[in-house]
Amino acid sequence: MTDDRRLSAPGRLSHADDLPEPEAGGDAGVATAMMPAGSLAEFAFEHGLRPSAARPPVLAYLRQLWHRWNFIIAFATARNIAMYTEARLGQLWQVLTPLFNVAVYYLIFGVLLDTSRGIPHFISFLVIGVFVFNFTQRAFISTSKVITESLPLIRALQFPRASLPLAYVMIELQQMFLSMLVLFVIILVVGDPVTWYWLLIIPILLLQTIFNVGVGLLVARLGSQVNDFSQLLPFLLRTWMYLSGVMFSIATLTQVPARAKAILQLNPAALYITLMRNALLLSQRLSFPGTKAGNAVRCARWHHYSPKKDPASVMYDSAYCPATANPAHYWYYAVGWAVLALAVGFFFFWRAEAKYGRG
Amino acid sequence: MVVVDDLHIVYRVYGAGGDRGTAATALLRILGRKTRGSIREVHAIRGMSFVAYKGDAVGVIGRNGSGKSTLLRAIAGLLPPEHGNVYSTGEASLLGVNAALLEDLTGERNVILGCLAMGMTKQEAREKYQSIVDFSGVGEFIDLPMKTYSSGMGSRLRFAIAASKSHDVLLVDEALATGDAEFRVKSHARIEELRHQAGTVFLVAHNLEEVEQTCNRVIWMERGKMVMQGEDVIGIIDRYIAASGGKPVVRDPVTGRRVDDRVPAKT
Repeated sequence: MTDDRRLSAPGRLSHADDLPEPEAGGDAGVATAMMPAGSLAEFAFEHGLRPSAARPPVLAYLRQLWHRWNFIIAFATARNIAMYTEARLGQLWQVLTPLFNVAVYYLIFGVLLDTSRGIPHFISFLVIGVFVFNFTQRAFISTSKVITESLPLIRALQFPRASLPLAYVMIELQQMFLSMLVLFVIILVVGDPVTWYWLLIIPILLLQTIFNVGVGLLVARLGSQVNDFSQLLPFLLRTWMYLSGVMFSIATLTQVPARAKAILQLNPAALYITLMRNALLLSQRLSFPGTKAGNAVRCARWHHYSPKKDPASVMYDSAYCPATANPAHYWYYAVGWAVLALAVGFFFFWRAEAKYGRG
Repeated sequence: MVVVDDLHIVYRVYGAGGDRGTAATALLRILGRKTRGSIREVHAIRGMSFVAYKGDAVGVIGRNGSGKSTLLRAIAGLLPPEHGNVYSTGEASLLGVNAALLEDLTGERNVILGCLAMGMTKQEAREKYQSIVDFSGVGEFIDLPMKTYSSGMGSRLRFAIAASKSHDVLLVDEALATGDAEFRVKSHARIEELRHQAGTVFLVAHNLEEVEQTCNRVIWMERGKMVMQGEDVIGIIDRYIAASGGKPVVRDPVTGRRVDDRVPAKT
């Protein structure tokens, strides 16, 4: 009820004349005093004034944003600390929340629904999927609320509003760094070695962060203007998660046509997850479909892998299956998604720059 | 400097009127059976034009709901005009009475973040920090979250943060009302200073004495329109008091100062 009754965008001009004039005696002589002769608009431009509710041009806006970098980082850090001040375990929740998620998914998908079948080191596989997707998911949910949450700040001070969604993504990136530490421990305990491939984490996280910023900007504007959006967003994100192979391998889907599998595999979430898995897990690199010359027999053997009958080495035979999408193109797509998201998101957010304060 | 040219502002209120916002009415709306009859337009500013020059402190007076706060938000560039336009030099900063910056952060962090958001460097923010804290008079409470502050403390700190930078246009919406006497003296001095730095200050206040003391011009609004405006602050305020049925203020015939302090300042 109360949400329904908020003030929103100024609308069409109407009833301009059907309200009574002010009853107090107006004094035209006083009211027009101190007014320049001629058009006020021309007068304003002569004195170098600009419309208050106008957005700056793109380049000027980017420059302003760059100057606010300190603010963005300080805001992100402060929010990060404040977020958990009321919880007794404090910032420990940053690690505990994804771990609990992993535990739930392992119970449901790994044990009950058996999606772990045929995937070596399934726990590492699952944890990477959950953590990487969690980064994007949390970024979008928080940026969809950033404008409403920061309304007092927006109203009090002039600054490029894109700083706010940017800061919120930085908060999630800081949390992601923490999650990565937990991740390293889990991977080593489960049994994958440290390799030079681990360095690929840096470009992967960078690309994923750019992607998150881009979509975060888009979501921030949608969330500020369409009330229903933040209600809808969790469902969109959950659907996306189930489509992106977070807790199962897209390669194991047998009832999905190859083209659809390729599309699933190349969607940004699945892409960043897969790149991360291949960078961190030797077991994934060795069993990744398409890495060995095709062999239908061994591939079929993997599809029918049973932990009771077959030796564990059969789990690696997925490497003989055809690739869901050309692995050589993964990086191109990863860069493409990031750049596309940033360009579209930034432009979309910037277009409404003058309107974020009206609430 | 601010130019307001035939400004109209229209709010749209959703969920007003007979629509009770139930699931059924929402469904009917989606199905297109019922147009959104629940939208009501409120024409808050109905054609205002004026010019405020550098160094002006403009008091905006009028009854509740006359559009004073809306006018300030429009000048700050927060409300896109329906018709006409507002022109200003550079950045306008609006201080509203309910505008906490970041409630769950400490006053200290609010100071630093506010400074950085206004475009200061880290170095500048650190240099200004102590003077802001001193000015606000928040004292030892500076390391507590801002949501624990009294409304007076909060608004003092916000004013101190915003006033630490010289703004081209500073808009103060009842923000000083909650401050104590000592803080009022300090904030008046700061507003004077901002005026001398070629800024323009707008002050919305129901405390007319405050307007008399701070402003060199006054705008009297009624139902979204200007009734009177000019530099004869005392004359306009007296007519406003007369029009709203208040008790006339007894003034010294020479200085125009209020003679009887017992006359309530609020109308």
